[in-house]
Amino acid sequence: MNQHMMPKLNRRAFVIGTATAGAGLALGFDFPFGPTVVRAADGSPEVNAPEVNAWVVIRPDDTVVIRVARSEMGQGSLTGLAQLVAEELQCDWSKVTTEFPTPGQSVARKRVWGDFSTGGSRGIRSSQDYVRKGGAAARMMLIQAAANDWKVPTSECTAANSVITHSPSGRTTTYGKVAEAAGKLEPPTDIKLKDPKDWTIAGKGVKRLDTADKTTGKTIYGIDVKLPGMLNAAIKDCPVFGGKVKSFDEARIAGMKGVKKVVQVGDSAIAVVADTWWHAKTALDALPIVWDEGDNAMVSSETIAKWLAEGLDDGQPAYVGNRNGDAKAAIAGAAKKIEAIYSYPYQNHATMEPMNATALYTSDKCEVWCGTQNGEAAFAAALEASGLPAEKVDVHKLMLGGGFGRRGMTDYVRQAVAIAKQMPGTPVKLLWSREEDMQHGKYHPVTQCRLTGALDADNNLTALHYRLSGQSILFSVRPEALQNGMDPAAFQGVAQSGEAAIGYSVPNLLIEHAMRNPHVPPGFWRGVNVNHNAIYMECFMDELAQAAGQDPLEFRRKLMGKHPKNLAVLNAVAEKIGWGTPAPQGISRGIAQVMGYGSYVAGAAEISVTDGSRIKVHRIVASTDPGYVVNPAQVERQIAGSFVYGLSALFYGGCTVKDGRIEQTNFDNYNSMRINEMPKVEAVMVPSGGFWGGVGEPTIGVAAPAVLNAYFAATGKRIRTFPLRSQNITFA
Amino acid sequence: MANLNINGKAISVDVEDDTPLLWAIRENVGLTGTKYGCGIAQCGACTVHIDGVAMRSCGVTVNEAAGKQITTIEGLAVNGMLHKVQQAWIANDVPQCGYCQSGMIMAVAALLKENPKPSDDDINEAITNICRCGTFQQVREAIHAAANA
Repeated sequence: MNQHMMPKLNRRAFVIGTATAGAGLALGFDFPFGPTVVRAADGSPEVNAPEVNAWVVIRPDDTVVIRVARSEMGQGSLTGLAQLVAEELQCDWSKVTTEFPTPGQSVARKRVWGDFSTGGSRGIRSSQDYVRKGGAAARMMLIQAAANDWKVPTSECTAANSVITHSPSGRTTTYGKVAEAAGKLEPPTDIKLKDPKDWTIAGKGVKRLDTADKTTGKTIYGIDVKLPGMLNAAIKDCPVFGGKVKSFDEARIAGMKGVKKVVQVGDSAIAVVADTWWHAKTALDALPIVWDEGDNAMVSSETIAKWLAEGLDDGQPAYVGNRNGDAKAAIAGAAKKIEAIYSYPYQNHATMEPMNATALYTSDKCEVWCGTQNGEAAFAAALEASGLPAEKVDVHKLMLGGGFGRRGMTDYVRQAVAIAKQMPGTPVKLLWSREEDMQHGKYHPVTQCRLTGALDADNNLTALHYRLSGQSILFSVRPEALQNGMDPAAFQGVAQSGEAAIGYSVPNLLIEHAMRNPHVPPGFWRGVNVNHNAIYMECFMDELAQAAGQDPLEFRRKLMGKHPKNLAVLNAVAEKIGWGTPAPQGISRGIAQVMGYGSYVAGAAEISVTDGSRIKVHRIVASTDPGYVVNPAQVERQIAGSFVYGLSALFYGGCTVKDGRIEQTNFDNYNSMRINEMPKVEAVMVPSGGFWGGVGEPTIGVAAPAVLNAYFAATGKRIRTFPLRSQNITFA
Repeated sequence: MANLNINGKAISVDVEDDTPLLWAIRENVGLTGTKYGCGIAQCGACTVHIDGVAMRSCGVTVNEAAGKQITTIEGLAVNGMLHKVQQAWIANDVPQCGYCQSGMIMAVAALLKENPKPSDDDINEAITNICRCGTFQQVREAIHAAANA
């Protein structure tokens, strides 16, 4: 095995001009056309005129339709982005509704909606500026239209709650009445945004806009799409990643009820198309398929672990991600040396809604309906798979039954189009079984880490050597983002600077990554590299504190003098959980902090342990400083949800490899937390302003280490291999 | 062919006897509020009521369900009036992605029918649905809110 045994990649990154944010956006995914090929603006077929601008449509009945380019997968950005637009628009929030523009419309209008990508906790933070400007520009144009109608200067007019008032005369009109005229005006160029301290809609915990239909079954997810004449497909990809179809015996399922066609998809998968999905799946299960599994069939978790362990050896090559002083020399001369090796396994996203997409292909058009975290990436995938030009392709985005990073990938879109292309004129819905979803994920990468710390005679930390060995996501997913071979994202949470910087000052520091890429495809899994880096660093900080004979909080504080924002959130959780005061009988506490996605976060856990192996998590306190909070109720839910996701992975997760394939198949062997295991989660938001950090992911980083450090406090035992079920530790 | 009674309506579906009720509801009847999550009765996304009892419809065949009163999420509201569990879900802004919530709501509605004022322990015992978004804190609050409505 070597780090280059990956599928051959044929990727190009293009810079697409954008009419919105002013700057060109460098896109990291396939986009097989340049900026000159986009169509002239032609409006869009789904627009409910009058459109004031790309972000705001106001109907004559004063309904405000706010366009949201980012996807909604539960994280609440749909509501948060609408709040930001509405705040500047000064509209009546009770009349706000939303719609998703399609990527095809966006491309046709020179990417007027900017980036569609909804990952990396970027949904709000990377579009807040231009969506707010979109709302403000619309407000200015509406006021201008009213002023023109009244033949008065705009300076005499004000807008509030969708009503425009001419102050001197007391005349009023509504947005709905002037919207059509407003849409014909030149957009303003000098747009001033409100100071967040003056917000009245943003910054408030308003109710989500998408709740009601989610309680009645009306919300349409990709899996629910129905089109006239639609058929259904079930698919089986070679269980060994990189393997191929050798042969399949179609005759054996001939005549099975409902079966319409058996198609090969690429060189590695077979799909059965039938009237219903149940028929398709039943026939697929009965279809004999012979695989050419290739050499990857010899890979197992054990061979991967051995290969990664070799990468921990200083003699092996590694990329240096963060360095100051001379850590190796300082460790060699230290009064006390502490060393530990940790490892973190593969994880599947296991979205509740398995991967699916519906495609309709004719020689003249290809349309896709799906849940995707990146409409433009899905569009690019549909372009490539269909072979049609951009103006003949579009993607209709639906609500996502979970994303967590998985639906930023487009494998299922490519498959759906490849199937539909073999049945021109017939819409086909491809749905993966849960088993297919478990075995063909884009997994949280596998890593090991050797940490070595040095304490001087006064028990001060003088050096830290953090040597990571394992898989790079970017190497597989976005190789053009590598920097001279190094994966900069591998250092998320322990980086020298930036949005995921280390929160400690250590006089001699060496953080390096021996990149080793097994054949199992990795992907962005909620929290991404922050997950294992925060576990390794924060658990080891506790080990160092113990070796130094110091309180874990006090030990950290001494290293955080130059990191006031990290320290502020750590102090916030310490105070709230009652650190330093006696815990209730039988309760032990653990603490952790990290920076990720531009936000500073900390967590503290209170747990009890029975017989050393059964953990009850009673209480979690988690703090975040994301700069600004757009909807505190949703931030609170994201924090609690991130703990459920992170602790599910810690306790129950872990995907293992045998004979080249993932062994886990369904929720019976890849379990997830239930309500009885849910701790009380208390969120402490300390937004300090002046920057925009993410929300969906950062706090997952502190979930596992806070609980693991509490486990040590309870038992005196360090767990360094995960999931906990592999150590016979589970929920009480 | 199976004769089903779904949300008070008699419906004949032309499927094999061993077809899971889930797929007959989704594909043959066309009610898509009931979700597929695992197909092995682990996650609860497909929960419906059969003669008033919460059941995971992926593990029940149409043959077994024939002749019984089946209620799906679409049939939980009565005369346009949302069930108190649905109302509590809206008031507490429970769903995130929402995919598991049909099944969650159906499980909770059945629990409250049996046990109108469940304790936290009762909830822990009865509600075993998976929610990957992690809405459990709001689910618990909304169950108590519905119980007190």
